[in-house]
Amino acid sequence: MSTRIDPEISPDAGLAAADQAVLEIEDVDIVYRTSGGPLHTVRDVSLRIARGESYGLVGESGSGKTTLARGAVRFLPSNGSVTKGRVRLSGTDLLGASQNEMRKLWGARIGMVHQDPSAAVNPAMRVGNQLDEMGRTHLGMSKAQARVKSLEMLNRVGMPDPEAVVERYAHQLSGGMLQRVLIASALTTDPELLIMDEPTTALDVTTEAVILDLVQELLGSVRHAVLFITHNLGVVARVCDTVGVMYAGEVVEEGPVKTVFKQPLHPYTVGLLGAVPRLTAGKADLELVAIPGFIPRPDALPPGCIFAPRCPMVIDECRAARPQLVDVGPGQRSSCIRWVDVPEEAERPRPVRDTSGESFSGYGRELLEVRDLKKYFKGRGAGKGRSAAVKAVDGISARVTEGFTLGIVGESGCGKTTFIRCVSGLEEPTAGEVLLQGNKLAPSVTDRPYDALKKIQMVFQNPDVSLNPQRTVGDIIARPVQQLGAVPKAEVPQRVAELLQAVHLPQAYAARLPQELSGGEKQRVAIARAFAAEPALVICDEPISSLDVSVQASLLNLLAELQRSAGTSYVFVSHDLAAVRHISDWIAVVYLGRLWEVGPTARIFEPPLHPYTEALLSAIPIADPEIERERVRLTGSVPSAVNIPSGCRFHTRCPRKIGDICEREEPPWRDGKKDHSICCHIPLAELAASQRHALDGMYGSADAVGSAAPAPADTGVGDAEGSSTGSDTGAEVGPDTGAEAGSGRGGS
Amino acid sequence: MDQEQPPPITKPSRFKRAADVWGRVRRHPPTVIGLAIVVFFLLMAVFGPVIAPYKFSDQIATARLQGPSWEHWFGTDQFGRDVMSRLLWGARDIFLVAGFGTALAVLAGATLGLISGYAGRWVDEGVMRFLDVLLSLPPLLLAMVLLGSVGPSRFNIIIVVGVLYVPMVARVVRSVVLDIKTREFVEAAKLRGERGSYIMSREILPNALPALAVESSMRFSYAIFLVASLGFLGLGVQPPAPDWGLMVNEARSWFDQAPWMLFFPAGAIAFLIVGVGFLSDGMRRILWPTGVSE
Amino acid sequence: MLRYLLRRLGLIILTVLAASLIIFAITQFLPGDVARLIVGQFATEQAVENVRVELGLDKPIHIQYLNWLGGFVTGDWGQSLTSRVPVRPLVFDRLWNSSWLAFLALLFYVPLGIFLGVLAALRRDKPSDSVITAFGMTFAGIPEFVTGLVLISVFAFGFKWLPANSSIAPGATFWEALPQLILPAITVSLVSLGYITRMTRASTVKVMDADYTRAAYLKGLPRYQVLLKHVLRNSLLPTVTVIFMGIGWLIGGLIVTEQVFGYPGLGRLIVGAVQKQDLPLIQASSMVVVTVFAISNLIADLLYVVLNPRIRLQ
Ligand code: SF4
Ligand code: SF4
Repeated sequence: MSTRIDPEISPDAGLAAADQAVLEIEDVDIVYRTSGGPLHTVRDVSLRIARGESYGLVGESGSGKTTLARGAVRFLPSNGSVTKGRVRLSGTDLLGASQNEMRKLWGARIGMVHQDPSAAVNPAMRVGNQLDEMGRTHLGMSKAQARVKSLEMLNRVGMPDPEAVVERYAHQLSGGMLQRVLIASALTTDPELLIMDEPTTALDVTTEAVILDLVQELLGSVRHAVLFITHNLGVVARVCDTVGVMYAGEVVEEGPVKTVFKQPLHPYTVGLLGAVPRLTAGKADLELVAIPGFIPRPDALPPGCIFAPRCPMVIDECRAARPQLVDVGPGQRSSCIRWVDVPEEAERPRPVRDTSGESFSGYGRELLEVRDLKKYFKGRGAGKGRSAAVKAVDGISARVTEGFTLGIVGESGCGKTTFIRCVSGLEEPTAGEVLLQGNKLAPSVTDRPYDALKKIQMVFQNPDVSLNPQRTVGDIIARPVQQLGAVPKAEVPQRVAELLQAVHLPQAYAARLPQELSGGEKQRVAIARAFAAEPALVICDEPISSLDVSVQASLLNLLAELQRSAGTSYVFVSHDLAAVRHISDWIAVVYLGRLWEVGPTARIFEPPLHPYTEALLSAIPIADPEIERERVRLTGSVPSAVNIPSGCRFHTRCPRKIGDICEREEPPWRDGKKDHSICCHIPLAELAASQRHALDGMYGSADAVGSAAPAPADTGVGDAEGSSTGSDTGAEVGPDTGAEAGSGRGGS
Repeated sequence: MDQEQPPPITKPSRFKRAADVWGRVRRHPPTVIGLAIVVFFLLMAVFGPVIAPYKFSDQIATARLQGPSWEHWFGTDQFGRDVMSRLLWGARDIFLVAGFGTALAVLAGATLGLISGYAGRWVDEGVMRFLDVLLSLPPLLLAMVLLGSVGPSRFNIIIVVGVLYVPMVARVVRSVVLDIKTREFVEAAKLRGERGSYIMSREILPNALPALAVESSMRFSYAIFLVASLGFLGLGVQPPAPDWGLMVNEARSWFDQAPWMLFFPAGAIAFLIVGVGFLSDGMRRILWPTGVSE
Repeated sequence: MLRYLLRRLGLIILTVLAASLIIFAITQFLPGDVARLIVGQFATEQAVENVRVELGLDKPIHIQYLNWLGGFVTGDWGQSLTSRVPVRPLVFDRLWNSSWLAFLALLFYVPLGIFLGVLAALRRDKPSDSVITAFGMTFAGIPEFVTGLVLISVFAFGFKWLPANSSIAPGATFWEALPQLILPAITVSLVSLGYITRMTRASTVKVMDADYTRAAYLKGLPRYQVLLKHVLRNSLLPTVTVIFMGIGWLIGGLIVTEQVFGYPGLGRLIVGAVQKQDLPLIQASSMVVVTVFAISNLIADLLYVVLNPRIRLQ
């Protein structure tokens, strides 16, 4: 069972049984005093969490979810206050309590786990001493007793070698370990209410999976009430019983996780669920449901329903009065006045693109080739210790053909970003070459001719720093048009207008400064800038990861659309497998500076899988509580790129390691069906056999919002794959070690 | 906290942004006080010599060491010179000397910092080591020894102030450049083949300006401090110039008989420096709130 | 750790060497002929030439530099041109006096500055914070000669509590000299007091906003415990550096203050030497000041490393 459903206290019962309520929030308003006047950040929110219940509060940034939690436990910044309503913890009135009384509740009866574990642990104090504070302050323990308790707690959260850990400082522990420490600390006093505020957001997906396992396990054994705050619907589906969806400071829908995910009854919930890219379908199959517009600011709320400006189902009545949350089913409540019509609306067929034979005519001409690229950095902190080389990229080859997307996935620190920076010339590779249409490119961007520069452009990760804050949007787009576009000066404004239109921004935005745009809009400008000189290849470095889910979807759609109309190739780098799956034709999986699996997208998602890919896939929290999956978990953290493990670099964490050979010998590349290759000692047939059930559920669930039909593993031939039959097409990736691996494939 | 903030409702213009800045200045009393003081002294520097009743060197033999009166608002000194007139004349001096010195330091420092930070590698290493050496000499000591050797003319003082503060300005600018240089809009500029000079002047410099403005104003207050201290030590502008620091120095011998000779210039110095300091702090709050202090 | 220490030490020595080059270069511009100054205006050309040879002034400039540096390192600092006494004992004597003053000042402004800075941070944006911040900025902006003269006119001339002149007699014990030290010590402190207050406030505010401080509050720890164990431990780390880096200012302050009070310290010695263009004295005392400053920077570096586990345990 992936979701904990306690037979005695089912979520429904929890909601119904008022006497069981641990946390009760009633009609709470929270206001921030700002220089621009008061901001009603949270309005009229009520919720109740029963003993043993795990309540997931989801919402995008700006929805007020964190403010609500902070306000409930009286921990707001000094300019914020709860102006209305009641909050009770097992009957104790929290809003009336004095600061002193609150301090006695914090830690003792209310436990907190924070977002960024590396920032939430004091860097100047040993971890053990920080843990001991809980026992000493709240349980009246002596120093020695507290230490015993701390060790016991660390054991309970599955911390390896607690005796050593207590002597460490924060910087000596990984993010996952620190989060364990914080969870242990919060649980020391066995609090009635545990608040977890985005506890896994700052972690890598494989670490996140391990921490979520832990949370799930702890929740199964302890009678806490848990308030779990997150933006990730998949996480809610995994660890929560009840879900509340917040939008612009109000709860718009609430109910048992299973019900809400199966049949959401508010258009916003429907939108959120539809915006998440599926592991089952790519850009050719369906467009993601993007929610147009943006969350309104608390000082500029629309009249009536706050979602009305973005709602696809809006009618006149919606704008007349603010709708209230009403019961719409067992335990389920929605604030949409048309909730009855929501299921029907959601079932409406989503735009499925007919791509049969469309536009892929030029497909196959080679655009970019990267040969055995390496990038070593000098060891950090020159002088301290020996200057060991950090092997960020250690022999990666790749090919991209025209009109085609190569997706590169891997966790943070795997070298994927360094790789594309070397390709673009922002970083000079230590070895290897980059060829554009057969011509070797200079290693540094400063030495490349305009002609080459024009063809390769980039979209960066963080739109907040990728636009010069001092330039208007028009200037930002015009400059590359002039510089590279060979457009007569008089026609530049015309071209800028076209580009703005292509990225769906109003013409008036040309006069704006970046600070006057939202994050998603900024990223659109960055995309327009990249497309200004009609490049042949656009490298996208995590282009959506700093954005909200609904915005992510619209950007992925935009990228797909631009590719169709301009025939541009992409290299799309991300840690988000679902996003990569959505947009890519080919995928390469990177770990510790090397490739481990490459192939057409559909092949990557079915057995045989490289053990690392398998773990990545298994780690993704799926936004469907019904799914049960086999768990493949990675232990430990990524080894440093200075001391790369011998043999197979993945052997220190590999769940399928077959013995000494993995430690001794570099694994060979093995070719599977249709250009699919895996670098592992295990033969592919064996891998496939053992992974038969690995992806169950990933494809086969009743999809809440009715996405395209799942592709059965054996016949799964997407359009992209169908057209990439020749062994020369696509990103061919060969290992640097040579012949024995590259054997099966032609044309290198 | 919220990345996905929608754009403001109205379309702001540069004028509105200026109005915003003024609105924020107004809400912070120390900044207003600082601004008022600086404007007051600036007017004094511009119009002082015009409105001064006497010339700074006019000696009225019949009125030596006289206390404040209608004739001489701030009294007279041992030579019968009108203290207020000397103060008014001296305002221009201190603004010019400290101002040009600061300007020199800012120009040279910003250029060095920009190039050093942008070029990186051995250029950066070389420039920074050199500046470190300059910084290893306490400022006042270096100023004294330098002026002692080259002679204390106004021009020399300006040069010395400039030399002294180049390292500080360069360091601040460099650290800001190092930060901006890694921003992605700079990389986007590289990707479209912009030259280094364009990137430095059009992409990086405009974004370093707020920090530079704050730093300049702070340097200016230190420069006044330094020039006044040098004057007091007798190593600055030489008599009979109406240098405020020098006036304080001369007044010490007559303290028993004519304390006004001391209080007015000393007060003027203190007010001016504190005023510039307050203003500079206000600028930091508004222009560069994320900047590390000093 | 030892490697680091040696590296820092090497760097400091290099810096001091470079500084010595600068000092030597600057002092070459001093007007006047040293040899002529020594033998007097009416000596013969031959006598001047003799002295010049004797002092090595006829040698090429880099030899002169090396000779001078060698002399400095081996303790041969030459004779004062004006008072005709050996420079070394004179400089050390004055350095000793200045150290007392500096020590007293540090004792006054460091704890007070930290206290006020932390207090202001704790009362952030409240009236008491504004008052402390405004006072800090004001103090930091008033030159020592103004403060000193105001203090003299109030406490020496006004109340007649303390002496206006601090030219302590040679051989006076600390307790005898103390009354004369108080006003100068306060004078030299105020600028640094403002500075320390401000920097402490800034770093404390930053730490109070840190996630781990919030986490500590939410653990339900008593306020004083959060403050002592979580906040101060982190926020005073940069302050330590600031204190030692501020020694450069302190030296500048001492120069002016000693002049105001007629205190026989190193600063006053340098001012006199510069005024009288006493070359050996200028060179030697500048070198001493540079060395002291360099050592204090070194200490700042080391303390930062020792107190910061993140660096210490690397
Ligand atoms: S009330 Fe109207 S606008 Fe609001 S969510 Fe429902 S249909 Fe949409
Ligand atoms: S070679 Fe061995 S360690 Fe590496 S992935 Fe395959 S099974 Fe795992």
